[in-house]
Order: sequence, then structure tokens, then C-alpha cells
Amino acid sequence: MSESPAEDSATAAIGHLLRELAPQVLGAVARRHQDFDAAEDAVQEALIAAATRWPTSGVPDNPRGWLYHVAVRRLTDVARSELARRRREDAIASEAAAIETVVPSLFGEIRPDEDDTLVLLFTCCHPALTPPTAIALTLRAVGGLTTGEIARAFLVPEATMAQRISRAKQSIKASKIAFDLPSDAERAERLGAVLHVLYLTFNEGYASSSGADLQRSDLANEAIRLTRLLRALLPDDGEVAGLLALMLLTDARRAARTGTGGELIPLDEQDRTVWDRLLIDEGIAIVSDTLPRGSLGPYQLQAAIAAVHDEAMRVEDTDWPQILALYGVLEGMSDNPIVSLNRAIAAAMVNGPSAGLDRLVALDSDARIAGHYRLDAVRGHLWEMAGDRERAVAHYRAAAERTLSIPERNYLTTKAARLVDQGRGR
Amino acid sequence: MRYMLMMNAPRGNGDWGANQWSHDDLKAHINFMHELNADLTKAGELVSAEGLAPPGDAKLVRADKNGAPVTDGPFAEAKEFLAGFWIVDVDSADRAFQIAARVSTAPGPGGLPLIIPVEVRQVMSAPPVS
Repeated sequence: MSESPAEDSATAAIGHLLRELAPQVLGAVARRHQDFDAAEDAVQEALIAAATRWPTSGVPDNPRGWLYHVAVRRLTDVARSELARRRREDAIASEAAAIETVVPSLFGEIRPDEDDTLVLLFTCCHPALTPPTAIALTLRAVGGLTTGEIARAFLVPEATMAQRISRAKQSIKASKIAFDLPSDAERAERLGAVLHVLYLTFNEGYASSSGADLQRSDLANEAIRLTRLLRALLPDDGEVAGLLALMLLTDARRAARTGTGGELIPLDEQDRTVWDRLLIDEGIAIVSDTLPRGSLGPYQLQAAIAAVHDEAMRVEDTDWPQILALYGVLEGMSDNPIVSLNRAIAAAMVNGPSAGLDRLVALDSDARIAGHYRLDAVRGHLWEMAGDRERAVAHYRAAAERTLSIPERNYLTTKAARLVDQGRGR
Repeated sequence: MRYMLMMNAPRGNGDWGANQWSHDDLKAHINFMHELNADLTKAGELVSAEGLAPPGDAKLVRADKNGAPVTDGPFAEAKEFLAGFWIVDVDSADRAFQIAARVSTAPGPGGLPLIIPVEVRQVMSAPPVS
């Protein structure tokens, strides 16, 4: 017998609520217990108990407190049996005191609050973890995705992902990272690491949202959801707002970014009528609200640049002088050769292709990007603008041979082939 | 049963000189591969498919007596390179051969089939449940 639609939607609402509460409860329990692994097991059991009980008993008045107490009780049970084990090995005088040593201050007054989600994010995105590990852990612990879902998103077997997550938890334990909000001195660096992990998660999903990899675009949605969550916790932080706006303004173009054959469509050839106006409006509102407040950062600037692109209903309406100015500020702030590359494109759009090509010369002596396929791809583009077909073709081909992305290789080879065809007058 | 279909490319740059093809020929080839993968996915037969980066920087690695890697290559003079592979889960060897034959007919210059050599190997499996 199938459930009625009303029961279905009640179950779905409970699932949604549990996903929202899970990181808060996990954060609170881990903060108290200082053991990620044990805390996660306990919270998992509390979530399962809620998922089975709530649909019939109804959602309790304080669902977060309910989950927290069930998880803590579970931890206490584990501690008791651990204690019993130790007892068999040597007698311990006071049980209560002993439990206290196994479960430090478990009985103190603590109530889960929103800071706990923040603590959890700071821990999962700790600079001691490699970015791929931090992404997986964040999706698991804060995003509430199952290990299977994360494995599918990263195209690896589930057992591999389970090990990666487990190793991450071990290295958190080994490096004695405290489950707490970072000190003021550390705060900027640690928040930067959180934003970087969310940004990489978004890119992982966005850059591959085509064809067989369609399921990976869920990663972009998840990154947006987590960044919204972070913004609700830190509403006054300009860079958090900037990152959210950047994601929204980029994601707005997702449907226009790939063709029916999974091929890449660059910004200047996209069908702008399929851009998501709601996302653009929201992104622009965030940018306009944040920029005037001062303390500009790289995410805000990138969001501002994305906003200028998204505001142009036709590609020829793009306000390139403004984009060039924004890249100028961004370049002064970030020392990133990819920014210099983009600035060269903007310079070409404002002052002609030779202005852009001149700017690229300096990059040939920058070891971080010299010989990189993107440098060739941009040179191809600028020589094409300048009408030098032969040079453009050579650079597009050189770029195509070195990119590691198949859609990008197809795009670059196609670009070169089109120019050759034009040269033959076809 | 699972099979690995290994697509070999003749030239040193690993792409049949697709760099030099016309725009239409290139489009036809890309669409062909895209449709093939879509059909295999729809049939529930595709396990995974990967294209390999051009072999220009490929290395042959062996361990020295301390187990440290010793690299050799690249080998630009080699005639053939593995350009990509599919792993498919199919009901019979014949079906795997059929898919390989379809890969082989991917269009090249002038829309003519390239007749790519595709090596078909069965993937070994877990011991039978008894």
C-alpha cells in the first residue's frame, strides 16, 4: 500500500527539516565532545530515530533540542560501555567522575545554536585539510549529503569516498583542531578557507554541468545552499555576500552555457533570453547592497564583474570600460595571473586587440601561467579580433592540444577549424 | 559482463590530426561520440568512459631497486596511442563487439568512417556466488 500524498509531503518536510538541523546538532555535539567521528555516529542515530518516529508522533516543539539530547544520550551510552570495558581492566572508583573523563563536560549547560553550524564549517574547511578532502567533508557533515551521493558527484566509487571522508576525520583528530570558533587573529584566514572550499565546490559542479556529467551540477546547487546558510550566519561580511552573488550571477547563465551536444558556448555567443532573471536580480541586489559598504574583496569584485555582464541584454551592450576598471582593482588586490589574463581581454574590448596582446607579453615570464593553454586560447581570440587568421589558428590549436577538458578541446579545435574554413572562403 | 573498449589513435598527437579537419567534419565527429555515449547511458550499459590527454607528456614508469619511480619517455615515435576507453556492462561478448564496431565508424574528414581500431577485453569479475 502506498502512502497518501499528504503523508508523502509530511515525510518530505521532515526530511528537509532534518537536513537543515543536522549540521547544527552535529556542530553542537562535536563542539562539546571534541570527537568528530563519535559525534557524527551519535547524530546519525538521532536523525534515524527522528525520521522513523516523527512522521507518526509529530515533530516535537523543539526539534533541535530533541535531536541534540538523543545524540548526547547515545554518546553517553557509548561512553558507559567504554567505561564498562575499562572497568574490567582495572577498577575505577566513581562512575560519574569516570564518565566525565570519557565524555568531557557532557553534562554542562549547552544548547545547540546557529554558531554550531559555523563551527562545523570552520572545522571541515580547516586549512590543514587538502581542498578535495575539505569539500567532501563539508558536503557530508554540513550539507548532509550521503557518502554515495558525494561519490557519484565526484565520479569515484563509494568505498573510495568513504575512506577519503574517514581519513579527513582522522586528520582532524590527529592535528588536534579544536571544535570552536577561530580566534580573532585567525578568523580572516579561516573564513577565507571556508569561502575557498565553497567556491571550489561550486566550480566543480558548474564547470562540468554537461551531458553525462549532469548530476554534478547538483554540486553547484549545494554550494549555493551552503553559501546562503553562511550568509545567514554572517550577514555583515562583504566577502560572504560577494561569493554568494558571484555564484548566483554565474549560475544564472548555466542553461545558456552548453548546447544540445554538450558543447561549450562562450559568453559572447550565449542566448541571453534563457539566462535566469530571478538569480540575476538577486545577485545584483546583493552586489548593490554590499559594494558601497567598503572593505572590498576579490569575491565582491568578481561578483561586480559578473553583474556587469549579466546586465547586458545584448552582448554589444556590455559595459567593457567598467569591467576593465574592475579588473584593474582586482589585479591590484590579488596577484593572480588569470585575473591579468581577463584584464587583457577587457583591455582589448575597450582599446582594441593590440592593447590586449601587449598586456599578455608580461605573462610569458610568469612561471605560473607561461605555457598554460589559457594563455594560448586568449592569444587566439585576440589575434582573431585583430584579423590575423593564421596566428589565431596556431594559438587555438596549441591551446587545444594542452587543455585537459574534452568540451574545451572540442571548442578550441572547432574555433580553429572555422577560421581555416573561412580562409578557404567556405 | 563487463568489457573494456580501448580506442587507439594512430598519430603521435593522439587525435587523428583532428586539428586539421574542417569545422563540419569536426562537429560530426563530436556529435557522433556524444550520441554514442547518450545511447549507451540510455541502454544502461555505460559504466564509464574517459578520454585521455594527448600523449606528449606521457611517461613509462618503473621502480628502481629502492622502489622509487624511474621515468622514461615520452615516446613521440610510437605509432599508436590509447586515446580513450569505455567500460560497458553488456549481456554478451557480441554486444561488446557491436559497440566497438560502432566506435570504429566514427566519422573523420569528409564524413568518411575512420575505422578506428578498438581493442575489446573482458573485465575480470568477483568469484561466482555458490
